[in-house]
Amino acid sequence: MDNIVIIAVSALGGLGLIAAVILYFIANKFKVYEDPRIDEVEEALPSANCGGCGFPGCRAFAEATVKEAKEHKSLEGLNCPVGGNDVMQEVGKILGLEVEQQAPLIAVVRCNGSTANSPAKIQYEGATSCTFAHALYAGEGGCQYGCLGLGDCVDACDFDAIHMNPETALPEVNDKCTACGACVEACPRDIIELRKRGPKERRIFVSCVNKEKGGPAKKNCAVACIGCGKCEKVCNFDAITITSFLAYIDFQKCTLCRKCVEVCPTDAIWEVNFKPRKPKVPKPGAEEVKKVPETKKEIEVAPAEPKPQEDKKEEVPKDNKE
Amino acid sequence: MNMLTVSGSPHIHGDESTKKVMYGVVYAMVPAMLVSVYYFGLDALRVLLLATAAALFFEWLIQKYLIKGPITITDGSALVTGILLAFNVPSNLPSWMIIIGALVAIGMAKMSFGGLGKNIFNPALVARVFLLISFPVQMTSWPKPHAIINGLTDAITGPTPLGIVKEGLDAGKTMSEIKPELPTYMQDLIGQMGGSMGEVSAIALILGGIYMLARKIITWHIPVSMLLTVVVFSGILWGVDPEHYADPVFHLLTGGMLLGAIFMATDMVTSPMTHGGQLVFGFGVGLLTILIRIWGAYPEGVSFAILLMNAIVPLINKGFKPRRFGVKPGVEIKTS
Amino acid sequence: MTGRLKTFTLGGIHPEENKLSANAPIEVLPLPKQAIIPMGQNLGAPSKPIVNRGDEVKVGQLIAEAGGFISANIHSPVSGKVLKIDNVPDASGYKRTGIVINVEGDEWDESIDRSDDIRENIELDGKEIIERIKEKGLVGMGGATFPTYVKLMPPPGKTADYLLINGVECEPYLTSDHRLMLEKGKEILIGTKILMKALNVEKAIIGIENNKPDAINHMTELAKAYEGIEVQALKVQYPQGGEKQLIKAVLNREVPSGKLPIEVGCVVQNVGTAFAVYEAVQKNKPLIERVVTVTGKAVKKPSNFMVRIGTPVQELIDAAEGLPESTGKVINGGPMMGKALASLEVPVVKGSSGILLMPESESHRKPENSCIRCSKCTYVCPMGLEPFLLSKAAKVGRFDIAEKELVMDCIECGSCQYTCPASIPLLDYLRLGKTMVGAIIRNRKK
Repeated sequence: MDNIVIIAVSALGGLGLIAAVILYFIANKFKVYEDPRIDEVEEALPSANCGGCGFPGCRAFAEATVKEAKEHKSLEGLNCPVGGNDVMQEVGKILGLEVEQQAPLIAVVRCNGSTANSPAKIQYEGATSCTFAHALYAGEGGCQYGCLGLGDCVDACDFDAIHMNPETALPEVNDKCTACGACVEACPRDIIELRKRGPKERRIFVSCVNKEKGGPAKKNCAVACIGCGKCEKVCNFDAITITSFLAYIDFQKCTLCRKCVEVCPTDAIWEVNFKPRKPKVPKPGAEEVKKVPETKKEIEVAPAEPKPQEDKKEEVPKDNKE
Repeated sequence: MNMLTVSGSPHIHGDESTKKVMYGVVYAMVPAMLVSVYYFGLDALRVLLLATAAALFFEWLIQKYLIKGPITITDGSALVTGILLAFNVPSNLPSWMIIIGALVAIGMAKMSFGGLGKNIFNPALVARVFLLISFPVQMTSWPKPHAIINGLTDAITGPTPLGIVKEGLDAGKTMSEIKPELPTYMQDLIGQMGGSMGEVSAIALILGGIYMLARKIITWHIPVSMLLTVVVFSGILWGVDPEHYADPVFHLLTGGMLLGAIFMATDMVTSPMTHGGQLVFGFGVGLLTILIRIWGAYPEGVSFAILLMNAIVPLINKGFKPRRFGVKPGVEIKTS
Repeated sequence: MTGRLKTFTLGGIHPEENKLSANAPIEVLPLPKQAIIPMGQNLGAPSKPIVNRGDEVKVGQLIAEAGGFISANIHSPVSGKVLKIDNVPDASGYKRTGIVINVEGDEWDESIDRSDDIRENIELDGKEIIERIKEKGLVGMGGATFPTYVKLMPPPGKTADYLLINGVECEPYLTSDHRLMLEKGKEILIGTKILMKALNVEKAIIGIENNKPDAINHMTELAKAYEGIEVQALKVQYPQGGEKQLIKAVLNREVPSGKLPIEVGCVVQNVGTAFAVYEAVQKNKPLIERVVTVTGKAVKKPSNFMVRIGTPVQELIDAAEGLPESTGKVINGGPMMGKALASLEVPVVKGSSGILLMPESESHRKPENSCIRCSKCTYVCPMGLEPFLLSKAAKVGRFDIAEKELVMDCIECGSCQYTCPASIPLLDYLRLGKTMVGAIIRNRKK
């Protein structure tokens, strides 16, 4: 009886020992040297593996930063949009490099062709895929540039930061957005753009990408940019350019003076998270509706505060202009 | 004028629907249902009604309160599961066991995978095997078929033909000694043998099978390859030693062989998608059935065989692709 | 005919035929007041306008040039003044460049022979024929609108031995090819002869489905006078009008995956194209009109019209005694592969074979259920694909699987979706898969 136990223990123990020795030598033989900083950098990254940096996963980004630091002594062109400045500073510290501060970005939906602004003329039935619908037809409201409302951007988002608003049938970005750019890629109509979050989350942008002439654009959508050029003229900072009947505000140059918002005849320019203006001549009708979400937003914004990134509600539907 | 609709082609749809397919299966089972009621009397009716009602109820319960999704109990799939469950148990099974069986079939085998179309195993068979293992006594005491017109149904129970053979062979008897105890082939055909409710009458099952083939609910591939395998395999054994192995016709007509081949193995959800795969699937079920029947502990092997093959259906689906147009068989598909 | 009728072997369905307008002779539709001529009427690059606003044009005058190798010339289908060159909506609602002409009178270019005489004698040689076909802007009239002359120039090293003329018209409802064969049979046969000469082939087969016995008899009778042309009756089965399916059905040759019919020595042309070839070569007439079926269950007068390109769809519907009140969907083409129109202001183009008005009750898809893995989509797929798998792969973004499982072989016939008991929009996702995989392949090549 005892014998059996001894034989069993020694046999198994011996096997284990042999295997351990073999493994030890194999591990040594096939050891690959890896810069330990790669692990450190990876540790500092948010591990979202979203691909927003342009690399397949955080590990690949970490490898790229270490390689770049070794070869060029700079991290130019490499940025983790999810982690933002804090993380990039951290990465810089690990690699002993200075990293430039980057303005935090956020995804912005540049279409306001809601069911009310661009009423449906036809009815779509079929796959809930913008890419498919884009290939099939121009859109229920008739605008061939506008949002199709089937949510490819929502599916692409890893951060629960973009959702469809069932009322307007448009996507809305919330403050969880990390500017990884997945939705920008996913949108077949290039409606979503990454823009500067701006001080106190304040932003001004043209909420339209329609390149048609004024007439046809306006025919399909009440709030289309008609390319009239008024905003371009009123801008003192050269921030607005008009190409093929469409205004674009350069967020690097824009000083958030809000002059363009006032002159826009179709309400195509949006300002978000600004304090409401003192009503001059209130527009009849639409005014009330617009006011409500605006003030609500304000209340949320004002007390909260700091941290330039994580905060604030993003485009709750509405701007404010009177 | 109406608002015009825009959608991708095609703009017309055939008149086939999930509901029609499922109710087609139900219609195909009507002959076997009638036969079971004829032989097992009101008890059979009780089992049928209870099993279907319980299956429908559990499906409704789970869809409403657990999944909180749309309720689709009218699509007929739970009805089919309920009837198949009833077909797979003896008619004198206590009511509470039937209800447990329905819960296992719907709750465990179907809904826990996500509902219709997503289950790996045939729900009714999972329930049958569950009951067989949990309540072996009740699940294997078979009432003798007893046509109602011949008098009242009574509580005489007896073994199935397969059970007789198994016991006899285990006791060292030869086939020719066992033979007199077995029902004749004619009795097998019309259903005068012991067994689960739905499996007794070969003719009723074949009628249902023909109906489903005509309605294109099933294709011939699975039943034919399965039965052919059984005939060939058991035929070889029988040819080698007719005293120790039952003949192929006996294997075909007894136990759940036809019920399994026509209604269970052909279940769309749990069988392979291509004809090639279906032939392999049928072959596997046939082979396993005979292996279990002859060398296994249980006299009956169809349900285990089907469940085992169900498990490898995803693999079969990967290995057996339809014949592609313009691709020579055997040529590696290049992705440019 | 003895024995079983020929057909293709893999998959296929048989939808209700509904050929309501089969007995309506071709009527010539009056000229529209305004013709809208989109530049992107063919597969490939759009054409480039060469007229200016205010120009006077005659019928048959070249108004737009081919914009690339795979492209086609466009000739004015009407006479009048060019109102504007602007963005006009196409069938899907997208605005693309088009020429709008205000119609004034009906003045034809002098070089066009407008007489009804049938000219049998083919004077041009092969090269000249191809040149003429190219110059007259001919494209495939079956709906795919592939420029005809490209098909007549096999790539180096490849030769054709058979010309197949597609008179199958497997789409339900449509009857334009059927009527054309009955009324212009002789012209089609001469057109076929011309194509044979251009391709330098000895044999041509006209494939016609067995649901058009009158056309089969008529064409067989006429074809006796033409050496090398045969008429082949085919069993009714959709999608027999697909090039690859037709070749399989008639000649039992299988075009390899990802290749063109010329790979197995075949060139397929539609009967409508053969007729247009006759007119272009023998009468010097460019492709400026075509036969369009206007049909639908609620349409008062299902008809076949000879229509000038550029005529708004609305005018065709008016000519068929108006848009039924119940209409819920207007389809350009047949119900299986046609395109739903977003508006009735769009014009007839070279590829429009029919306008189908679906009543509201039939315009909507059935609610989608879960897949029961019945595999019917696999059984009916004429290309031997697994639509359930491909659509699922596309839906969840696994385009690598879709590519490996040959999504690019899909001919978009719609048989899978037609058959699906769970009413899953299989083809929608297959198309999505094709779009994405196509993009991936193009990127890889770069």
